[in-house]
Amino acid sequence: MLELQRLTKTYATGDTALREVSLAVPRGQVVGLIGPSGAGKSTLIRCINRLVAPSGGRILLGDVDLAAVGRAELRRQRRRIGMIFQEYALVERLTVMENVLSGRLGYVPFWRSFTRRFPGRDIENAYRLLDRVGLLAHADKRADALSGGQRQRVGIARALAQEPALLLVDEPTASLDPKTSRQIMRLILEVCEERDLPAIVNIHDVPLAQQFMHRLVGLHAGEVVFDGATTALDETVLATIYGAEDWASSGREPAPERESEDTERHLAEVGR
Amino acid sequence: MNEATPAYPTHWRRPARMLHDRRWRWLVQASVLAYLVLALGSFDVEWARVMEGLSRAQRFAHGFLQPDFTSRWSDIRQGLIESLTMTLTATVVGVAISVPIGIGAARNLVSAWIYRCCRAIIAVSRSLQEIIVAIFLVAMFGFGPLAGFATLSFASIGFIAKLLADDIEEADPRQVEAIRATGAGWWQVLHYAIQPQVMPRLIGLSLYRLDINFRESAVIGIVGAGGIGATLNTAIDRYEYGSAGAILLIVIAIVMVAEYGSSYLRRFLQ
Amino acid sequence: MKSTSANAGAPASHADAWTFRTPRARLALWFGWLALVALFVYCWRVMNADTMWVFVADAPRQAADLGSRMWPPSLTYLPELLAPLWDTLNIATLGTVGGVIMAVPVAFLAARNTTPSRLWVRPVALWVIVTSRSINSLIWALLLVAVLGPGLLAGVVAIALRSIGFVGKLLYEAIEETDARQVEAISATGASAAQRLDYAIVPQVMPAFWAIALFRWDINIRESTILGLVGAGGIGLKLQASINVLAWPQVATILLVILATVLVSEWVSARVRQAIM
Repeated sequence: MLELQRLTKTYATGDTALREVSLAVPRGQVVGLIGPSGAGKSTLIRCINRLVAPSGGRILLGDVDLAAVGRAELRRQRRRIGMIFQEYALVERLTVMENVLSGRLGYVPFWRSFTRRFPGRDIENAYRLLDRVGLLAHADKRADALSGGQRQRVGIARALAQEPALLLVDEPTASLDPKTSRQIMRLILEVCEERDLPAIVNIHDVPLAQQFMHRLVGLHAGEVVFDGATTALDETVLATIYGAEDWASSGREPAPERESEDTERHLAEVGR
Repeated sequence: MNEATPAYPTHWRRPARMLHDRRWRWLVQASVLAYLVLALGSFDVEWARVMEGLSRAQRFAHGFLQPDFTSRWSDIRQGLIESLTMTLTATVVGVAISVPIGIGAARNLVSAWIYRCCRAIIAVSRSLQEIIVAIFLVAMFGFGPLAGFATLSFASIGFIAKLLADDIEEADPRQVEAIRATGAGWWQVLHYAIQPQVMPRLIGLSLYRLDINFRESAVIGIVGAGGIGATLNTAIDRYEYGSAGAILLIVIAIVMVAEYGSSYLRRFLQ
Repeated sequence: MKSTSANAGAPASHADAWTFRTPRARLALWFGWLALVALFVYCWRVMNADTMWVFVADAPRQAADLGSRMWPPSLTYLPELLAPLWDTLNIATLGTVGGVIMAVPVAFLAARNTTPSRLWVRPVALWVIVTSRSINSLIWALLLVAVLGPGLLAGVVAIALRSIGFVGKLLYEAIEETDARQVEAISATGASAAQRLDYAIVPQVMPAFWAIALFRWDINIRESTILGLVGAGGIGLKLQASINVLAWPQVATILLVILATVLVSEWVSARVRQAIM
């Protein structure tokens, strides 16, 4: 169970990305996070595993406050949080197997990971996960030899290899075609159900979110403006989240822009 | 597929990235090892001499930390003036000669005959070490910075002409075609299609070469072609490590200034 | 230069806006060129204040004379060059290996995204790189021959010290260009800093690393051929000795051997690059 209490993030530039966000996600629930570009979706997800340092508030995973843990403890806590990235973020030049095994890095000492001698249980588990996502035959291929959908499956396997207590998913389908997007979403939902995992999914594609999510949270300018069942999402709600637009007649989904500004900022922070 | 849970392997070895055949891999590793043994075996180090040298190293480090700018200042000044003047003149002349040669060495602009000629000039200039060229030019022109100037000009040609030619060959052919389609002649194509595309790069290359020429000017003095290198050589020969340290610090400082200055200038010009 | 102000029919303000450069920029440009020419003339005069033009006028005759003495190259001298050539190869190769080994940690300390401290460690690493780069390997050799005595060791160390800056600079730029998303993904698994280097950064810079090392080896072969001029071993020693006794046919032979070595090394490095990329 994940609980955010008055989570706030202000960047060094003075921009406030999150304003006292409070949110609770019980086990097994998959929450979709929707909102326009720059609303803070990406920041929210990255605050939870502290890829971005939050400026205030509490992040409770079980009974640990992630916002307050020190460096060493943070590493231990990050093992419990699987993350699936926009555009996969696989290490392209490593094999598929190494990418999956990298999910175990928090558990093994440096020399074992350096020599690629992971414990037999980890390797067995990695093979099982690759089988689960349908890529058993590709274990020895390099990650950049796979197609987009296949790469995202590797990303899912990597996150699951951590045996996480929480799944963070950042725009998992941003660069996939509609059919593959649905397959990937279905897979994410299935694994969450199998493992009774809570998950937060950033998603810009509203129809896709309505189709798959258990619950939706709307973010606008760093604040939660909607929190409810998928069915409760109507035109007025969409207007509060995304701003006024003739939703019914255009029938268009909001433009699938990437949150490039947001991402730039995170990358600058990660770069340290 | 099968009802029973399949048994997954508990071992995994990273596949070899290159040399997939184990025998080849073994052979390559063995030959690298053999080479290292042979090469290190051909070393004949006199440790007594090295030990003796350590005290000198200490004195040199001392000279570097407490450089002596004053006692040989007039020599240093003269050397610096020679170095700087020949750097500048050689770069200007080198660039001026490189431009026609670089254009001639671009396959998309000239006939095969001119192309081969220009590429040959470039190859000769590139494969001859500056020092070796300097030895000959000193023999021809006599000692002094004029030989250094000629050396650096000659070396600049190979560098700039080659990179310029490669750049012209990579220039966007659609723009060239578009200009050609308007009925433009060869000179007009050069002026309107090629020049705008490669000009920023040419300026960048020239500034970069200015930097290299200065560094090289500190070396060719060793064989008598003028510049700060001659002063440095004398200082080391006379065991005046304070002066040597001072010269090296000046060279490092000028190189740093040149590097920052040229990156600033490049940004400014673009 | 490319003003189209004579564009008939267009309003005057438009025509002005259409000039290639603003009048002021054009003026600055012309002034810049003028300054360059003036500077060139001034430098030329300063440089040639002591030049003996008699010698210069004599240059073509000198060149012809030298050429006639060098031809034909003395082929009987070739066997004597094999041992120095082997030494030259070793200086270049071992120097490259040593330089690369020292350059790798320097590069990681200098790259913005891997340095332990941007304020303290990074400037030191950058200073090491600049120092190594500004001093030519021949000058390093000059110093090291004074310190270590003449011989191969001085040559190897000189090449290694010069290579640190070159390899370090290119490598740290490659490290800074790595994809930060991949690093972020590895951090998110709870990996330690060392594991992050091993899994996210090293795989990304590996191709650049091999290309840089190979490139530097190629350059080092050239540079090591002349280190002998200051006593640091290799084929340059023979060159110096032959010049000292004015044995010009031998000099010609040595130059041909050097040229051949450089061409072969260029070919080898191009082939290896193709094979590993």
